[in-house]
Amino acid sequence: MTLIRISSPHAHGSDSTASVMRRVLIATVPGVIALTWFFGFGSLVNIIWASLVAVACEALALTLRRKPLGFYLQDYSALVTATLLGIALPPYAPWWLIAIGVASAILMAKHLYGGLGYNPFNPAMVGYVVLLISFPVQMTAWAPPRGLGEVPGLLQALQACFLPAQYDAVTMATPLDMVRQNNSLLLEDLWRDPLFGRWAGIGWEWVNLAFLAGGLWLLYRRVFSWHAPVAMLASLGLMAALFYDGGSSASGGSPLFHLLSGATMFGAFFIITDPVSSAVSVRGRLIFGALIGTLVYLIRAWGNYPDAVAFAVLVANFSAPFIDHYTQPRSYGHSKSGGQP
Amino acid sequence: MLADYSILLISAILVNNFVLVQFLGLCPFMGVSNKLETAMGMSMATTFVLTLASACSHLTYNLLLEPLGLEYLRTISFILVIAVVVQFTEMVVRKSSPLLHRVLGVYLPLITTNCAVLGVALLNLNKDHNFLQSLFYGFGAALGFSLVLVLFAALRERLAVADVPEPFEGAAIGMVTAGMMALAFMGFAGLV
Repeated sequence: MTLIRISSPHAHGSDSTASVMRRVLIATVPGVIALTWFFGFGSLVNIIWASLVAVACEALALTLRRKPLGFYLQDYSALVTATLLGIALPPYAPWWLIAIGVASAILMAKHLYGGLGYNPFNPAMVGYVVLLISFPVQMTAWAPPRGLGEVPGLLQALQACFLPAQYDAVTMATPLDMVRQNNSLLLEDLWRDPLFGRWAGIGWEWVNLAFLAGGLWLLYRRVFSWHAPVAMLASLGLMAALFYDGGSSASGGSPLFHLLSGATMFGAFFIITDPVSSAVSVRGRLIFGALIGTLVYLIRAWGNYPDAVAFAVLVANFSAPFIDHYTQPRSYGHSKSGGQP
Repeated sequence: MLADYSILLISAILVNNFVLVQFLGLCPFMGVSNKLETAMGMSMATTFVLTLASACSHLTYNLLLEPLGLEYLRTISFILVIAVVVQFTEMVVRKSSPLLHRVLGVYLPLITTNCAVLGVALLNLNKDHNFLQSLFYGFGAALGFSLVLVLFAALRERLAVADVPEPFEGAAIGMVTAGMMALAFMGFAGLV
């Protein structure tokens, strides 16, 4: 009999891929409730239909690669990708749009690279960018928030998704669109538009706060470390503060507006914290987050697209291995080059 | 004046990146990106050659071809100029820094066949750049090429250990990845 000598503490970590993924799913709940309250059942229908397609794609890929179906389907990773994509897509999107997005995310961005754990890019964001570039009209059609228009019910949401030809979509520019295209009004005058609320757009500010709450819960449960989200939010706020000149038409909006608009909070806590496609080291995560925050502001303020989280995340994913290469922590007892000190 | 040149640089590095947006210089992009260190060497050599060749071909066109009325010979004379610049670079590097020459090795002469170099020379003509603009455009193109090449090399080192399905191993998954990077770079559209 061999005795294995292991020093204390003898703590057992019960975390598995499935439990982490389940927590991420639970943490999206406040955000999804806020989206449903302000924009109707569209996002919920998106998520459910995306999940069905995702499980089918995952099963197809696993069968083709002769991997055990039950084991990999039970890790919830396909559901997380589908949920994140369903939240990111505009509500009342047609079924084929969602299906194409999910198929690109699961088959192309995930399984071509060998499945969970190998994908260099965030699958949900690859799906989103593929759709944004291929179908810009459908992808920029956001419904008006509660208070500015009638919020469709569940039946209408189902009709919009599965019988898009018979559904009259009501769409409206998002606050980010308005600020991006505005070049004649002072921000103060722009703010009189009913689309804007106290800090950012009506509805949008609460959706962002809800995602912030979900993200803070994940942080509390230690699903991810604080470095990347804090670095991203700080750099985005700093960029906005630097270029905010008190409200001329050229200025891109206050820091608070940028922090509570579009996909900022959703991106900061649910997208860039993906453990596979982000940088690994602590310093690397700080750089990774700061890079995303800066790019988001650059593209929002001067690029063609009103929101930029997806593009910024892909560019940063692409840079992550390089960042990691130069931020490897020194291992204890060795000099920087790897030899004896 | 300064703003013009910085816009020219940003345009060549990000918005109209030669590899990911204009799809020039793909051969070294796929061929030399298997290891980070060789990619670094290649990008340094390319930066030097591209900047110099861009300026030299501008001079050749304006001081030699145009006065003689030989504009139709521009492609072939640019190729000649590029080959000369590459050869010159190799000689200087060999004499002045044998170490760098050994690191760059075969990649130095290979730059002759990099279509981004000829592309920059011809685009400079199309866009009516003056001498300084040509120099900056060439330098920006080279920086954009280097940035993407180095990042891609670091990513490919990670892909080398991934469990990629057999039909997609090697260059195939490299091409797929390059496509996704090109998608990401489309986000920079409209920046300048």
